[in-house]
Amino acid sequence: MLDPTLINNKNIEYDAQTNEMLINMGPQHPSTHGVLRLIIRTDGEIVSEIQPHIGYLHRCAEKIGEHLSARQWIPYTDRMDYLAAMNMNLGWSLTVEKLLDHQVSKKLQHLRLMICELGRIASHLVGMGAYGLDLGTASPFFYAIREREKILDLFEKACGARLTFSYITPGGVMADIPEGWIDECKAFLDYFEPIIKQYHTLLTTNAIFLKRTCNLGILSKEKAIDYGCSGAVLRGSGIDYDLRRDGDPFYTEMYDGYDFEVIVEKEGDYPKDYPYPDVPREAQLGDCWHRFYVRMLEVIQSIKLIRQSFEKYQSIPEPIEKPLKLQQKLPKGEIYLETEAPRGQMGFGLFSEGDPIPWKVRARSSCFCNLSVLPELCRGVYLADIPSIVGSLDIMMGEIDR
Amino acid sequence: MGQFFNNLLQDINAFLWGLAGYSSQEITTLAEDSWIGYLLAAIIQAALLLHVLAAGTVLFTWAERKVCGRIQDRLGPTRVGGKFGWLQSIADGIKLLCKEDLIPDEADSLLFRIAPYLSISASFAALIVLPFSDGWVAQQLNIGAFFILAIMGLEVFGVILAGYASGSKWSLYGAMREAAQVISYEIPLAMCVVVPVLLVGSMNLGTIANYQAGWFTNWLIFHDPFAFATFWIYFTCGIASVNRAPFDLAEAESELVAGFHTEYSGMRWSLLFMAEYGSMFTVSGLGVLLFLGAWYGPLPIFNSWTSGTESWYLAQMANLVGCLNFVLKSSLLVIVMIWVRWTLPRLRIDQVMTMCLKYCVPLSLIGLSGVLLWQLLAIPSLNDLAPARSDLTEHWAEKSSSPFVKDSQEKVDLFDGRNTQ
Repeated sequence: MLDPTLINNKNIEYDAQTNEMLINMGPQHPSTHGVLRLIIRTDGEIVSEIQPHIGYLHRCAEKIGEHLSARQWIPYTDRMDYLAAMNMNLGWSLTVEKLLDHQVSKKLQHLRLMICELGRIASHLVGMGAYGLDLGTASPFFYAIREREKILDLFEKACGARLTFSYITPGGVMADIPEGWIDECKAFLDYFEPIIKQYHTLLTTNAIFLKRTCNLGILSKEKAIDYGCSGAVLRGSGIDYDLRRDGDPFYTEMYDGYDFEVIVEKEGDYPKDYPYPDVPREAQLGDCWHRFYVRMLEVIQSIKLIRQSFEKYQSIPEPIEKPLKLQQKLPKGEIYLETEAPRGQMGFGLFSEGDPIPWKVRARSSCFCNLSVLPELCRGVYLADIPSIVGSLDIMMGEIDR
Repeated sequence: MGQFFNNLLQDINAFLWGLAGYSSQEITTLAEDSWIGYLLAAIIQAALLLHVLAAGTVLFTWAERKVCGRIQDRLGPTRVGGKFGWLQSIADGIKLLCKEDLIPDEADSLLFRIAPYLSISASFAALIVLPFSDGWVAQQLNIGAFFILAIMGLEVFGVILAGYASGSKWSLYGAMREAAQVISYEIPLAMCVVVPVLLVGSMNLGTIANYQAGWFTNWLIFHDPFAFATFWIYFTCGIASVNRAPFDLAEAESELVAGFHTEYSGMRWSLLFMAEYGSMFTVSGLGVLLFLGAWYGPLPIFNSWTSGTESWYLAQMANLVGCLNFVLKSSLLVIVMIWVRWTLPRLRIDQVMTMCLKYCVPLSLIGLSGVLLWQLLAIPSLNDLAPARSDLTEHWAEKSSSPFVKDSQEKVDLFDGRNTQ
């Protein structure tokens, strides 16, 4: 029996604790993708419970939206998912257009598709590189950034910005792409496509990478649906659902006449236009490796889409139309539209009282739902698996906190 | 080595008196094995080895930046100190000196201060028995190989202390991981070190090295297939025991912020850093000594001078070339470590332990028993293909004719006790 006076002694308590330990990971932790904070309860190296805390990047974007006209709010959408700002712009623009029932011309749709799929590649590249960083290898990140810089160069030529583009806007785009842009884009794709093979050698088939990702953080189909997951997380679990094909007709019209595949595992394999690596034996559907691989293959589909859009865009001779007026009056009503952003389904809600300024603006973040499966996936894993699982969800704190 | 400096002092003395026209018999020299000689030797050796550690860290940091830059399709440092950023490490050192020395409130202040010194002392002490060339060693121990292993194991104490004393949970994780990992990997590492010891029949690093003189086929890595495999196991375990990627769990920046040195800053941090780079060099150096022909180049051009010539000065010249050989080979191994680090992802702690206990230990045991059998059955090895060392020695002995050649009696004095231990 311990002397009761000793029990309160700080030193004894400090030295002799054998119970579970509570650790705070983030918001300044190097591998939490921004400002995510995780409260982890651990028993040695084993994690027994994990709780994500969010809100460190909350910038009241939705409230600000209630004081700006629809077009003025575009720069705020840039700052939500700042790695795929083009896709965010598109989501909001389409929502406003749908409320106005104003479908843009076919040529503009091809242009938007081209830009958005480039944005998807850029975003997945960071997802891939940062995942390598999470697993302790810095080099893939630099390769990914090298390629992403080339995409950003293309974006810069189109709109002048490299991160927060505000390019796609309700009713159109800020300006048509300059002369010769398409040739440069083609040259980039020709350069980029063979390079993806290197990434597969570097990461996808690397023995250590397989050890760190396969059979880890398995998200079952049911759970993925229950938690409202979307994007690569949903498709990595084997659910054949992509808003580019199954979404709102107002959105899918953009993809009419395009040939692309939704990347999802079918009968133990992925649709293969290219001789890319097989699913390894140790991988299980819904684990980190599958989520990563879906992203890698989606890049190929995006390249395919962009290649198709060049011809379609160039076949229409007349110039693209001007965007809507800055203070365009919105009709009374409410609207909600989801689009397929690189990280999942990005939804925008708009409630209008008939003014140019919306009465209420809402954004539904895909990453918020994707992050919410984290406590489920991280039960009983090793501490070192947390970056591995968080990285495979590819979250973006700017989008979650808005 | 004390004797060496005594002899050096004698030589200088003799040279000066010789200029004045006296014969060597008339010269009064310092007493044999005087304590002044030994003290002088010790101070000079400590200073030299400290410079090996410091210059090694500076150069390897620079190399790491350059190599990793090239691997990542970047240039690495280009500005500080001219075109290749030679002075980048110096600039970093100055920055670290100027940084605030922080000790967290939660930290155990005394242990927190001691830890970096413990780490660097261990890393430094291992260099004492590391011969850079024939006889160029601070202390030629009969159990040199064992001494290095023992001292390198000490370094982990510094890390555990640093992690424990920081008062941070992340640091504690790093320390515990390091303790588990380093202690586990000592076993296969020691098994691999035993292989060359068995082949040569000595733990004296100088003897092991001299056994490999001559052509590169004499290197112990080419002795037999088991020895060849053992070298790679040794290198893997060596990477693990100095905490380099993919085994850098103690400082896994994506999991543990910075592991055991999370709370360190400024000079204290840089001491831990220097200790890491020092051990990298020691492990590589030991690998070169045991398996890769030590200071002997692939072709026996200079190395036969080392023992063949009767000229003391020529022998030292050959030693210098041998030293360059040794440093070059060790640096190559360090660069391989850097290369591996920037290519591979990090393993998880359980996978690191699995790799040690399930693969490295059995494989090193197989290597050990294989080499034992090879010796037992007296199977001819690849080393026998090369011309015998004595032939070469005679060959070079005939050729060398130097004005500095001394009489044979003096030669025995000079080289007495050098390789006979």
